[in-house]
Amino acid sequence: MSEITSNYQKYHTHISSKHKWFDLKLNEVWRYKDLIWLFTKRTFVVTYKQTVLGPAWLFINPILTSLIYTFVFGGIAGMSTDGIPQIIFYLTSTAIWTFFASCVNNNATTFTLNASVFGKVYFPRLTTPISNILSSIIQFGIQFLLVLGVLIFFVCTGEVHPNWWAFSLIPVVLLHLGMMGMGFGIIVSSLTTKYRDLTVLITFGVQLWMYATPIVYPLSQLGDGTFKTLLMINPVTIPVEIFRYAVLGQGTINYVFLAMSWVFTIIVIVFGIMVFNKVERTFMDTV
Amino acid sequence: MSENRKDIAIRVSGVKKRYRLGQIGGGTLQADLQSWWARVRGKEDPNTKIGEGERSHGKTFMALNGIDLSIYQGEAVGIIGSNGAGKSTLLKLLSKVTAPTEGEIDIYGRIASMLEVGTGFHPEMTGRENVYLNGAILGMTKEEIDAKMEKIIDFSEVREFIDTPVKRYSSGMFVKLAFSVAAHLDSEIMIMDEVLAVGDMAFQKKCLTKMREAAKQDGRTVLYVSHNMNTIRQLCDRCIVLDKGKVVFEGDTESAIKVYLHTDDDYENALFYNLDNRNHVSENGFSVVKMKSVQILEKEDVSFVNTESLKFRLIFDAYKKINGIGFRVTLMNSSFIPVATSYSNYLYFDEGKDLEGNIEMKLDSIREGEYYIALGFFDINTASLPYCNDFVSGAFKIKISKSPKNKQLFMWNNEHYGAYEIEPLSFNINVNVN
Repeated sequence: MSEITSNYQKYHTHISSKHKWFDLKLNEVWRYKDLIWLFTKRTFVVTYKQTVLGPAWLFINPILTSLIYTFVFGGIAGMSTDGIPQIIFYLTSTAIWTFFASCVNNNATTFTLNASVFGKVYFPRLTTPISNILSSIIQFGIQFLLVLGVLIFFVCTGEVHPNWWAFSLIPVVLLHLGMMGMGFGIIVSSLTTKYRDLTVLITFGVQLWMYATPIVYPLSQLGDGTFKTLLMINPVTIPVEIFRYAVLGQGTINYVFLAMSWVFTIIVIVFGIMVFNKVERTFMDTV
Repeated sequence: MSENRKDIAIRVSGVKKRYRLGQIGGGTLQADLQSWWARVRGKEDPNTKIGEGERSHGKTFMALNGIDLSIYQGEAVGIIGSNGAGKSTLLKLLSKVTAPTEGEIDIYGRIASMLEVGTGFHPEMTGRENVYLNGAILGMTKEEIDAKMEKIIDFSEVREFIDTPVKRYSSGMFVKLAFSVAAHLDSEIMIMDEVLAVGDMAFQKKCLTKMREAAKQDGRTVLYVSHNMNTIRQLCDRCIVLDKGKVVFEGDTESAIKVYLHTDDDYENALFYNLDNRNHVSENGFSVVKMKSVQILEKEDVSFVNTESLKFRLIFDAYKKINGIGFRVTLMNSSFIPVATSYSNYLYFDEGKDLEGNIEMKLDSIREGEYYIALGFFDINTASLPYCNDFVSGAFKIKISKSPKNKQLFMWNNEHYGAYEIEPLSFNINVNVN
């Protein structure tokens, strides 16, 4: 009884019609960390229940994609892979791009997909995109095991020489791409509450983006023209190259563009959270 | 009740909520750009619907129009009002699902809101997994849920199935489990929107008891929205009546229910009732008939004895030729609970305006009391369930007084015996002859 009485004083919520733009409400998200984890768990449980192969799909997808790339880009188009065996080159590229693309795509539908839950109960909405990023990281982890397996084979044959020390940079790369992807995703999802057609645009846009990023070809293939500079401005390029530098031992790292990419990421994520928090307040009225 | 700031659980001041009517924006970016481009050139907006001129441009609807309220700690407060009065909007604002257009709300204590039970339940996951997820959505940490798991399972009465995916649950089991999670939250303030309407009677009773305990013994604050006046009476000590986005009454439950049911003004002893301003319900979304007015016949007032018949003339429109439709008259008690119904054979009539129907219904065996009359044209679907084409609840009200026909053995009490008296029963005592 007395505990309840004191709790009335302990917790105070103020709801106002005025919105504070610069309050990112991250401490509240932290209080709901258990929820983030449960959402992540749900994603896995639900995706693979009642499928025959279950989580094996996490392996099958990248293998098939890599085989197709090997056939189309390596075989038919005859694109160079910087002397690296094609299959490991494409496996590596696919793994990191799939991670980034899922960060963008899965978050782009945050509001529309969760409307029924969001409309009935309040919890910090940011928990949903954050848990999406966590599931993307776990999926990446599983795919990375596959990459490692194939990598060890090529290390043994002496065809690939990874920079083992740079493996410690991979978490930083994931954080970098994860934040950028989530930033983009939640900006798009905030806009889709009003404009549904953006969802179609974003899947297409992400595909185009892949070709503007050195995924199916190495950056070194582009010479030193304006084209290469343009590609380096693409904020995804440098993190991808760092990843490749670690795993495949070859990659172009430019610190100026790396710094630019980080600045860009921070702007996108902060702006994204601001817009997201603003839209979250009243999106139920329009969705 | 003191106005001490310390006792306050919720304070709502000057809250308004505006919704835009109709299609919001163009819905697609293309349409919005088109509208914008048209405005820039000073042309007519191509996305404006025909017949929708300047007047409705940016037309809005105030779901809440200036609400001021104080809810005190440990109170069980009911919120009542007809559909569209703003009850749900108010609860949505309090549970932070959407933000107010104007005004401020202060909440002291944590809120558990049950605008729906089982929010976030995933059919593929087991009962136990869903308890964790739902609990976390409602703001509990994993340790808190662990500590309460056994209590939750016990309360839910679904222990046997707790490790089965909830898609295999019956809807009753689903609701029981979901409600149990919500009922075991540690929050100081509980908000419920008719969640008790589901589940069987025994469980409903259990939930009400749990809620009452929460308010009376633990000192929690309960806010309850319902159309069921019985549960409101059982649970709440104070009620707020909303109408058209405003608080029209605040005070003890019985008076509030009277205000809500308009017992005083809307159902005066008239013999003519215009049904245009009553709420019409059509279960299939469109109606082929519409009732317009009722004129009670052959009477000076609306009191009857049950040897009489209720006779009235119904004026209605038919929008097309009707090949069979039924008409029913239902008597409801003062809590709007149906107690008796009479219905017609299938009717056939042509399209037309101001059609006239003369209805006669026997009041045999209906005991004394005041009854609201619900009228409805109904059709029967392929599963032989009736659905209403045009239904008006509480079209008018009649009074039935004691009749010489009934044996006056004791005072008849509608609440205990119902509205209908069955023929006297026979009771034969076997005398034991040894």
